[in-house]
Amino acid sequence: MTMKRLTAFLSIVKKDVRAYYLKPPNISWGILFPLVWTGMFFIKTGRDMESILMVLPGMVALSILFGTTSMLAVTVTFERKAKSFERLLLAPVPLGLLMTAKTSGAILFGVINATGPFLVALFLTDLSGISWGVVLAAILMIAIVSTFLGLFIAVSVSEVFEAQTFSNFFRFPMIFLCGLFFPIEDLPRILQPLSYVLPLTYGADLLHGAITGQNMMSFQLDAAVLLFSIAVLFILTLRNISRRWIM
Amino acid sequence: MTASGTERVCIGVSGIRKVFGDVVAVDGISFQVMYGELFGFLGPNGAGKTTTIHLLTGLARPDDGTIMVGGIDCSKNPKAAQHLIGVVPDESNLYPELSGFENLCFCGGLYGMSGQERHRRATELLEMFGLSSASQRKYASYSKGMKRRLTIAAGIMHHPPILFLDEPTTGIDVESARLTRGLLKKLHQEGTTIFLTTHYIEEAQRLCGRIAFLAEGRIIRTDTIDNLLSPVKGREIVEVAVSNPDTLPVDKLSLTFPGYSMQKTDDGKLLVESEGRVRIADLVRCLDELGAEVREARKKQLTLEDVFVSVTGIGADALMDGKGGKK
Repeated sequence: MTMKRLTAFLSIVKKDVRAYYLKPPNISWGILFPLVWTGMFFIKTGRDMESILMVLPGMVALSILFGTTSMLAVTVTFERKAKSFERLLLAPVPLGLLMTAKTSGAILFGVINATGPFLVALFLTDLSGISWGVVLAAILMIAIVSTFLGLFIAVSVSEVFEAQTFSNFFRFPMIFLCGLFFPIEDLPRILQPLSYVLPLTYGADLLHGAITGQNMMSFQLDAAVLLFSIAVLFILTLRNISRRWIM
Repeated sequence: MTASGTERVCIGVSGIRKVFGDVVAVDGISFQVMYGELFGFLGPNGAGKTTTIHLLTGLARPDDGTIMVGGIDCSKNPKAAQHLIGVVPDESNLYPELSGFENLCFCGGLYGMSGQERHRRATELLEMFGLSSASQRKYASYSKGMKRRLTIAAGIMHHPPILFLDEPTTGIDVESARLTRGLLKKLHQEGTTIFLTTHYIEEAQRLCGRIAFLAEGRIIRTDTIDNLLSPVKGREIVEVAVSNPDTLPVDKLSLTFPGYSMQKTDDGKLLVESEGRVRIADLVRCLDELGAEVREARKKQLTLEDVFVSVTGIGADALMDGKGGKK
């Protein structure tokens, strides 16, 4: 990357962080949502403090998923609506780099959101058995795939409310289908293939493996599917932008 | 007018066409803009001005035709051409959450300007546009005129050699419009190539060296202001108001003054047009003898507006109201 492109990339990230992510509603969303949900689930399941580790992967994944997908509706759909996105399309920055910059803030936001559940769990249970390297890789990959899913949705619609509605259409079924709270083998047989289509299933499996050691698939397979999903979503999004927004 | 041998083409457009559904927004237009020229695109709303700017700047792809900007084929490689251009869109589209200063610095960053360079240039532009005192205020709190000024400043933040402006003075206060026009003149004198769209005839006449008349996605005529005005030079129109318009003896007058073209307007006035000078005293005397009581006789200067109306068939009112564009 040339110096000029790096400057453009950093300018977009910095602008998004200042204009969107550091705003009080988003900070409170980023902090409160993971903490409240985590606290609620831990209290509900926490007769035995060891069970906290069973719920932790789900809380981490949820915090990332909701944080990232919600932000893209604002940073992309809103800017598109207000025509300020045209300013970015007019800049001499390749579309791929431009969209990487636009999503970097959301990815960072997702990663920060993921720390909430761990902070709560830290005070309630022993986290020494966790494989932190895998957790970090899982968090990063879940944040990227969720962000790109949010981006794909944001580019497919024209209104912020449509982006939010459309996101929920994906988010809520995913919570129940990806094995975060219910093992996939316990789901109705007809729904099980659907679970394996969802990238979050592989992210959740990585987290389960790293936190409780109870993973269904290998680390390599989970990582490969997540990386493949990231690539597919990103390519589809760039194609959509190119077709729909550069008319 | 086409390029002379010594002039170099900065923007070369050949047969571009753009269709949205069943609407032909731009219908095979061709023109050239020379380096250092201030070129005007004049037409009513919906005539295809904004679509043309989108095509020239890489925000849209032509269905047909070629676009060269600064020697780069913009229809094939718009990103390469975007290094050379600044764009002021028809709507002020900066970021409401950022201050004026932050907005300008961000725009400089998009073009790879260093931090120090951005700060210096943003300060200079805020001063130039009379926005220094509001530099730390959020863009959302700016008035419409201030927003427009900052949007123009953002367009020239990176010193582009080619500048596209889409209706830069539409909907802003007189002071901001004056300031904008002054700045465009200055940029032009400094050698910036400027492509300006407007539906203000006076603005186009005052600023541009050459103008293209656009209607329904087509260029009707492109020429210098002098050449456009030459058919009306020397011609004179006199508007005569009488107390009793119903009895205006137009036929008799035409016989008395065979060199004049006479016409009665809808509001009962007499419009007298001549290739040379209209002898007002003789006309008034004759009207008086024919029993028409003259209240007022006024010479009317023929302008670019009259040329536009005669060339395009679009009324000046329609131009200002935004009618007369693509249906």
